Amino acid sequence: MAFEGIGASVRRKEDARFLNGRGNYTDDINRPGQLHAYVKRSDRPHAKINSIDTAAASKAPGVVAVFTGADIAAENIGGLPCGWQIHNKDGSPMAEPPHPVIAVGKVRHVGDPIAVVIAETKQQAKDAAELVAIDYTDLPAAASLAAALAPGAATVHDDVPGNICYDWHIGDKAIVDGVFANAHKVVRLDLTNNRLIPNAMEPRAAVGDYDVNSGEYTLYTTSQNPHVIRLLMGAFVLHIPENKLRVVAPDVGGGFGSKIYHYAEEAIVTWASAKVRRPVKWTAERTESFMSDAHGRDHVSTAEMAIDAQGTFLGLRVSTQANMGAYLSTFAPCVPTYLYATLLAGTYKTPVIYCEVKAVFTNTVPVDAYRGAGRPEATFLLERLVDAVAYDTGIDRVDIRRRNFIPADAFPYQTPVALQYDSGDYQTTLAVALKNADWAGFEARRTAAKARGKLRGIGISTYLEACGIAPSAVAGSLGARAGLYEVANIRVHPTGSVTVFTGSHSHGQGHETTFAQLVVDQLGVPLDQIDVVHGDTAKIPFGMGTYGSRSLAVGGSAMVKAMDKIIAKGKKIAAHLMEASVEDIEFANNTFTVAGTDKSKTLTDISLTAYVPHNYPIDELEPGLDETAFYDPKNFTFPGGCHISEVEIDPDTGTVAVVNFTAVDDVGRVINPMIVEGQVQGGIAQGIGQALLEAAIYDESGQLISGSMMDYTMPRADNLPNIHVATENTMCTHNPLGSKGCGEVGAIGSPPAVINAICDALKDYGVRHMNMPATSGKIWSIINAGPSKMAAD
Amino acid sequence: MYDFAYQKPGSLADAVKALGADGDAKALAGGMTYIPVLKQRLAKPSTVVDLSGLGMKGISVAGGVVKIGAMTTHMTVANSAEVKSAIPALAALAGMIGDDAVRHRGTIGGSIANNDPAADYPAAALALGATIVTDRRSIKADDFFTGMFSTALEQGEIITAVEFPVPAKAAYEKFRNPASRYAIVGVFVARTAGGARVAVTGAGQGGVFRHAEMEKALTGNFSAAAIKGIKTPPNDLNGDIHASSEYRAHLVGVIAGRAVAKAG
Ligand SMILES: Cc1cc2nc3c(=O)[nH]c(=O)nc-3n(C[C@H](O)[C@H](O)[C@H](O)COP(=O)(O)OP(=O)(O)OC[C@H]3O[C@@H](n4cnc5c(N)ncnc54)[C@H](O)[C@@H]3O)c2cc1C
Repeated sequence: MAFEGIGASVRRKEDARFLNGRGNYTDDINRPGQLHAYVKRSDRPHAKINSIDTAAASKAPGVVAVFTGADIAAENIGGLPCGWQIHNKDGSPMAEPPHPVIAVGKVRHVGDPIAVVIAETKQQAKDAAELVAIDYTDLPAAASLAAALAPGAATVHDDVPGNICYDWHIGDKAIVDGVFANAHKVVRLDLTNNRLIPNAMEPRAAVGDYDVNSGEYTLYTTSQNPHVIRLLMGAFVLHIPENKLRVVAPDVGGGFGSKIYHYAEEAIVTWASAKVRRPVKWTAERTESFMSDAHGRDHVSTAEMAIDAQGTFLGLRVSTQANMGAYLSTFAPCVPTYLYATLLAGTYKTPVIYCEVKAVFTNTVPVDAYRGAGRPEATFLLERLVDAVAYDTGIDRVDIRRRNFIPADAFPYQTPVALQYDSGDYQTTLAVALKNADWAGFEARRTAAKARGKLRGIGISTYLEACGIAPSAVAGSLGARAGLYEVANIRVHPTGSVTVFTGSHSHGQGHETTFAQLVVDQLGVPLDQIDVVHGDTAKIPFGMGTYGSRSLAVGGSAMVKAMDKIIAKGKKIAAHLMEASVEDIEFANNTFTVAGTDKSKTLTDISLTAYVPHNYPIDELEPGLDETAFYDPKNFTFPGGCHISEVEIDPDTGTVAVVNFTAVDDVGRVINPMIVEGQVQGGIAQGIGQALLEAAIYDESGQLISGSMMDYTMPRADNLPNIHVATENTMCTHNPLGSKGCGEVGAIGSPPAVINAICDALKDYGVRHMNMPATSGKIWSIINAGPSKMAAD
Repeated sequence: MYDFAYQKPGSLADAVKALGADGDAKALAGGMTYIPVLKQRLAKPSTVVDLSGLGMKGISVAGGVVKIGAMTTHMTVANSAEVKSAIPALAALAGMIGDDAVRHRGTIGGSIANNDPAADYPAAALALGATIVTDRRSIKADDFFTGMFSTALEQGEIITAVEFPVPAKAAYEKFRNPASRYAIVGVFVARTAGGARVAVTGAGQGGVFRHAEMEKALTGNFSAAAIKGIKTPPNDLNGDIHASSEYRAHLVGVIAGRAVAKAG
């Protein structure tokens, strides 16, 4: 049998059903007697609702019910909760305006739900929705950060003057200002981080099914964390106790963060199914996804680095405005604070850092975590600023990084922004990346490109991220309203096969394979005798779900702990069977042996005994071989590495082609190299998408201009080079696997590498910085504006 | 989609009758444009008249003219040996439309009738001096495209074929919208018996247009050098989140130059 344990590029077990069209997605689920919900959404960015007339819609063919915000408000139903509370500089809590399930009184963004029509068919629901007559009074909109912060701006929430959700900071401003006052030089950069629309391949969907007899609700939903949805929706919105609420997240076709959050439609179908006493299904159309899935990023920042004459970083000062959208999505407040500002040390030993963040309400779709969540924003800012330091001082871009890196022998390393890094070796990831990318040979390639009429540039990003979230107590002290441990239940069946019940949730990551490999490694059970079950609150004890590259580091560690318990119990049974002392029992390769003898029992012998306990230490030990562990991490994990991008610009059209991309990442222990490579490639595809193509654009009135695939540019295969991925790993020191996480590194590390390369290609045009996306039109206007040294020679 | 009646006539006469009888009836060819319009509820036809039972498919070359049936798909044109040998630029253009799925369904008649300002075929029809043949008459391309999404077709008039005179040389270059992959600027250049013709799609506010100044220069000297430096005024060009009118104006020059160079 081929090696299937840790380190094997085992083919993904789940792919057979995905590739054969046999996946079981939420929209594939149909319950007997099911009705269909259609959500009528606001086409106004900001308007007062004077009246809603549902009479005609209610009488339309096939319609069973029409609900508005008033119907919801009349029931014991709460607003959509926010899972993280941030405090202002003065210690007061952030503004947390209500987030009604269906709009009441006012609509605050295009896409805000205003009524829901439930009918026998989706078509009928949609037809009837057109008959819902709404009388609006339009209000001026605050559609961007600048507009929302301008004097006299429209107020998104009447009780939040100035649209400020919070004004937060980290670091000691006085100390940092003092360092800046005495610095040799200060390098400043103003930059934005472009707003993105996640666009998972599978649109969101939800089916609510209420069982009249048991009083039990089941929600099938496209979620990355079904237990979190059960907790939030059950406790805060619908007030259903856990024992009466089951949440199932079956196969989910991509999430990228956008399926973490508790959305209105989940509450609507669950509640409505009890109201109408029939199952209710809702599936988003792509256009709805654009205006109802949480968006990502959207920062405007000023960054300053104080340096000495040698280019040593003395201090970093950052001021950021972060767009929250119209309402607080589930984890929105933590993204531009604890997932962003705490990352600003990056890979550098910058001794003092101050960052202030204003979170702002606008008349746009809520913004929340999107692949990388805060860390891409921090990385783009820092890695662009480091290049600006190089640009302004003339110091080489690689040298300045080498000079300022945290050295490999400095771990554990306490940053000035709360985090303590456990391990890393940035000089090595840099050196290997420079070699893999043939950095030294670049100038020859630049010259060759020039002969072909192309402007070639190379860019580097030496990033760091924090994932594997998170120690619950730390998260709690920072404002989290939930714990962030993970849960695993390992069930060894009587004949030795294994089912893993995990609180992590796979929506493309390949957990069914990677997690099975952990069992192969630790229990020695063959891969085909292991199944991984996830995504059902009725089957899995508990779980916090998958995001923040946490599933292996936290969920995998929980599995290791549960398997430790299995082995410990197995040893007791083995000791009994082989009449030896427990201390003398060793376990390896699926076999318990008595040390120093040839006596042995396989795991199957032991599991059979555990379930057929005829000859069994029944007075001391319960039968069965089934163990659960809750694992709460001791720290974040800190993947890092170096991404190098090489671009060619066609100066006639301004078109950028990424011609080479090299990634060398430190992701800790690698369980399945093929899956890691796929994760990194996917992340880089998204990073290149952000750098070159993607932009959620609202006009001044608050209409979403890039509201479909005709105008929102997702990266496609022909936008991407052959991505060269390698790892150079140091082990995480505080979890049993040594794994750090690989799900987000691509999206975090790559955007500044691409923009740095573009700035390098355009250096003769005096380009010091460019905001994303670097579209051909933007580049052409720079080239067109000239005069350039290029044109002169 | 709103409810509508569906008819699939077996003869051109029946189709014309079905469409002529009812001002709210609409023809359906490949459906690549019209089905999304219906799905988004942007149209509410009384009857959809499916043209797929009428034949009107196929390609013939005779007397220096390539004749393509209106229901011929982009894929068929792209792969046609006759088109590739008579007007390779036309086959190449068809191969640049959308993706495989779109090319397998979308038809030349539908594309020409729709006259999307960013569509590719209108540029070929105009630059090659094509004739649009309908159930009742023949219309010169110069008279056919009357503005963005509008044509000389009467209500119920059905395109049956498009006739392209074979040029001495021709080429099409397309600068794609990164999201939709339609043309931000597409330029079809042809050297024809009556002189050079240049048609620009994607850029004009009024849809596809001929570029008189470039045609004049190329008629004298069919080379990229001849049109270098010719400026296109941005005033009548589109501007959107993907390209300003100034950028489009610049691209018209670049893309036209490339098309001429490609034509050889
Ligand atoms: C994803 C995607 C990408 C695309 N990319 C491109 C692109 O890059 N370039 C490009 O040029 N196009 C593109 N298209 C459009 C495509 O070429 C369509 O196929 C074409 O525009 C319409 O052809 P159809 O046969 O699908 O017509 P339909 O959608 O069926 O009809 C379109 C219109 O033409 C009318 N019509 C159809 N046939 C006739 C006829 N014989 N006589 C009179 N009226 C008729 C219909 O009534 C309707 O109003 C794209 C479409 C999609 C969906």
